[in-house]
Amino acid sequence: MDRRQFLTLSPARRKTVKASYGRTLSGIDAYTGPWGTAQQVHLLKRALFGASPADLAWIKGLTLDQAVDALLTPLAAANYPQPPVNNYGDDATGIAPGATWVNSTPYTDNDDLDRARRSSYKAWWLGVMLNQTRSIHEKMVLFWHNHFVTETQTVTDLRYVYKYNTTLRQHALGNFNALTKAITLDPAMLIYLNGYLNSKEAADENYARELHELFTVGKGPDSHYTEEDVRATARVLTGWRVDPNTLTSYFDATQHDFSNKEFSDFYGKKRVSGQTGPNGGMLELNDLIDNIIFKQPEVSKFIVRKLYRYFIYYKIDDAVEENVITPLAEIFRAANFDILPVLSALFRSEHFYDPLNMSCLIKSPIEFCVGLCREYSVEFPPASDYSMAYDKWDFVRQYAASMLQDIGDPPLVAGWDAYYQQPQGHELWINTDTFPKRNRFSDALVSGQGGAMGLTIDVLAFADQLSDPANPVTLVNDSLDLLYRIDVSANLRSWLKNNILLSGQNPDSDYYWTDAWTTYKSNPGDANARAVVETRLRSLYRYIMNLSEYQLS
Amino acid sequence: MRRRDFLKHTASAAVLPSIIDGFSVKAFAASPMLAALQGAATDTDHVLVMIQLTGGNDGLNMVIPLDIYDKYRAARTNIAIQQGQVLPLANNIKTGLHPAMTGIQQLYDDGKACIIQSVGYPSPDYSHFRAMDIWLTGSNSNQVLNTGWGGRYLNYEYPNFPEGFPNAEAPDPLAIQIGSIISPTFQGPNANMAVAITSATDFYDLLDNPQQDPVPNTHWGDELKYIRLIAKQSDKYADSIKLAASKVTRQGAYPDNRLAAQLKIVARLIAGGLKTRMYMVSYGFFDTHASQAQAGDTSKGYHAELLGDVSSAIKAFMDDLTELKASRRVVGMTFSEFGRRIKSNSSMGTDHGAAAPMIVFGDYVLQGVLGNSPNIPDASSVADNIPMQYDFRSVYASILEQWFCVKEADLKQILFEDYQRLPIVSGLACGVITGTDDINQNAGKNYITNYPNPFVDKTYLKYKTRGGHTMIQIFDTTGRLILVPVNKIHTAGEYTITFDGERLPTGVYYARFQNGTVQQVRTMLKVR
Repeated sequence: MDRRQFLTLSPARRKTVKASYGRTLSGIDAYTGPWGTAQQVHLLKRALFGASPADLAWIKGLTLDQAVDALLTPLAAANYPQPPVNNYGDDATGIAPGATWVNSTPYTDNDDLDRARRSSYKAWWLGVMLNQTRSIHEKMVLFWHNHFVTETQTVTDLRYVYKYNTTLRQHALGNFNALTKAITLDPAMLIYLNGYLNSKEAADENYARELHELFTVGKGPDSHYTEEDVRATARVLTGWRVDPNTLTSYFDATQHDFSNKEFSDFYGKKRVSGQTGPNGGMLELNDLIDNIIFKQPEVSKFIVRKLYRYFIYYKIDDAVEENVITPLAEIFRAANFDILPVLSALFRSEHFYDPLNMSCLIKSPIEFCVGLCREYSVEFPPASDYSMAYDKWDFVRQYAASMLQDIGDPPLVAGWDAYYQQPQGHELWINTDTFPKRNRFSDALVSGQGGAMGLTIDVLAFADQLSDPANPVTLVNDSLDLLYRIDVSANLRSWLKNNILLSGQNPDSDYYWTDAWTTYKSNPGDANARAVVETRLRSLYRYIMNLSEYQLS
Repeated sequence: MRRRDFLKHTASAAVLPSIIDGFSVKAFAASPMLAALQGAATDTDHVLVMIQLTGGNDGLNMVIPLDIYDKYRAARTNIAIQQGQVLPLANNIKTGLHPAMTGIQQLYDDGKACIIQSVGYPSPDYSHFRAMDIWLTGSNSNQVLNTGWGGRYLNYEYPNFPEGFPNAEAPDPLAIQIGSIISPTFQGPNANMAVAITSATDFYDLLDNPQQDPVPNTHWGDELKYIRLIAKQSDKYADSIKLAASKVTRQGAYPDNRLAAQLKIVARLIAGGLKTRMYMVSYGFFDTHASQAQAGDTSKGYHAELLGDVSSAIKAFMDDLTELKASRRVVGMTFSEFGRRIKSNSSMGTDHGAAAPMIVFGDYVLQGVLGNSPNIPDASSVADNIPMQYDFRSVYASILEQWFCVKEADLKQILFEDYQRLPIVSGLACGVITGTDDINQNAGKNYITNYPNPFVDKTYLKYKTRGGHTMIQIFDTTGRLILVPVNKIHTAGEYTITFDGERLPTGVYYARFQNGTVQQVRTMLKVR
């Protein structure tokens, strides 16, 4: 009995478990079909956290190629977010409130400071996502966090964690080979998976195992690395240490095992020749990554599958493997593991715009929470008002954490199970505990009661950005086009209009809404006129977000 | 027999708070038990069913003023109900009902219904939306409230909701909206206190909204199906609602209309033992600008059908509850965002108006017609509205105090102001028996007069108060509040004040007097 059957025990549901899915044979040939609102919102929702009316207006002025190019443009290093600051007061290393702590002097055994900075870091990161530009960059940072996992609870010193976050950002749209090397020597990762303890006398295999199993070739059916490979890898990586003053890693040749390391058939029976000298560790690492692990085609397939599960859907059947994964993996290898060519092909492909692959992605908690705030342009204090801003970012962050996605602390080194556990996949995000929390989050923000740390959805401003908010039919349609990807029935649309915007008045009396909206627009300062439309819009958006359809993007 | 049963029944409900009140709170302040008891919500199994008549119900054709029938007919000749067709009420020669409302007539004659005349509020709003929000939130005409009156009441009883709910004390939804959209009535300061359901046995067997869109056999169809299933499973009240529904296997006959279908669900849940206190149902399109009555026979037509549905549904509901032995737990009330204009229009309809009658029903509702027949001018003009006799929040306050046993001192927390309380529910309901005015015995007394009348500039208002809170409001014919010359605690006696109308246009003005449960409206005419 799988988990779903266990959860539901519903005979009706059991029947459908075995039902065949709609299958798509579309591959990665460039898509040449219609480029309309549906395709545009689809692309926006998948590449960004949510799609706002302004995002839609922006993409409407672009061709598909222009839109993909723009969304895949990395954030320039000069525009990287300002580092997190002291929003917690007392700091044992003397960092003043409002100043960044990421380069503070070292300290030892200070749980309070760890905790304070952890909260600062997580709030900051959430804020970075909220303030993302129209680039896939931040979504890829989160992707790599789920791939090259570290946990703040294990690393403890947040200065390393911030550095790790920056490493991910620097390589997020760069080269996977370079990223793998950088992460291997990243201080946070060295601490997280004991690399800093890995010595010639007794090699620590923790990182070595995950390098194969989780980070590169994976554990797919065609992945056959051996225990000897793990041990050999651990020996290659001996001698790396972390300097708490410079927050960098360095190589201690005295701790390095410079014997030769032999690899299995799976890796072509190759050998890393032991290197002595101060560069020995780096030379062996390059040899291991470039000539052994990355020569195994499973690397490209494993990463492409992971991208697919993150951006498209969690189920990969034979047709997808053949028509999408295999050719994208070839592109990946041909590009020497540059990430952008893969994403570029994916987001331009027939497969991506195949209606069968739209609206099937269950929003992760971060996509749900951050996406919701972005869709409605929920107003946050400016970063300069750091105390208030961090509190509100942290409110959203904690809500997402309570829905099972705690950024900075995935449940384990494998990342969030929704991205790898089969057959449930993304459905693991939604259960009887998390689903009501999603509704409570959207209810709190849309109710206007201030129950969300004062965060609120300005429904009037949102509606005002739609094409014709005075027309209740258009208002409902425009809202659904943006907030859902699923095309809902005419029945539901007219029901929303009649029962919410017209408050149950005669369905033929659309002019009542038009009058109310026009009255408000011509007297924006009139509290009564404002309340009349605001109440109904709140009710409308609350209802839309409570329906199951809103969970899909 | 029935009354004695009831007393026995309510004793346990009412005794607990009164015992607490009986002790000196100070002496027991340190007792955690007392603190717990004080924190507990009022123990009552009383239920209020609110029936919203959407669109603005023409109250003047629902409750017909027989004592001023000629004025009534003159104001709306084309749609007036023939005098002989008006349904009479027991022991009341002044008032009758629309001929389609035989069910309500019977409830009234059985002593289970009360009609409150000319319910409104100062300076009425004629927009459906705004007026509806005023009624649902309980706000003033010029005030925006973000909470509903029902939500504030429930928050007063259960201030921690939704944290820790459901729980042993409150295992069931606090309020239920039949339909899919929760009414603003139930918006509390922290959360909306209600759940919306469309059918008692299957949440997705929808009564008045479209079936959920079907899901195709695709990726997204599969995921949507899964999420819907979890959504259904995570409804924390699903079990208690289903359990209550399952306890009622047979119900009486209901007429075939959508209001009856909603009330049938409500009856089932109440009789099934749900402790939910407030229900909201809605019906209509009462926005009868045209063709509300048939040309040949004004007792027929669109408005007659609507009123007939309302009446037959309520009657079937009460009969069903009686059969299910649950009627004693229930008080129901009808309301609409506004009444309609006194004068009919030429398309056999009526336009947006102001005050209108409310019908309150239930085993413990006091039979009677509160207030007088509406003031209708001898020659009404299009803009003339029925002046309010009672504020709608007076009705809310009365029900909260007399049916939900809210302490007088606490009413202001919920309604923000002190509103006059009217004798609507028997004092037995909360185990409190106090002498209330039989206001019908006061008929014929003049509490407020003015002279000269007609007047040119000034007129003297003479009023007689029995002491306590006394208020006089001056309205124009549209219902706009002009002035509140008196609003204070008075010693008993007769008083005279001057009303200076020099700057006002000529025409009719209403002086509304309120003292305790008594109110009276005096028509004043300003001339050149």
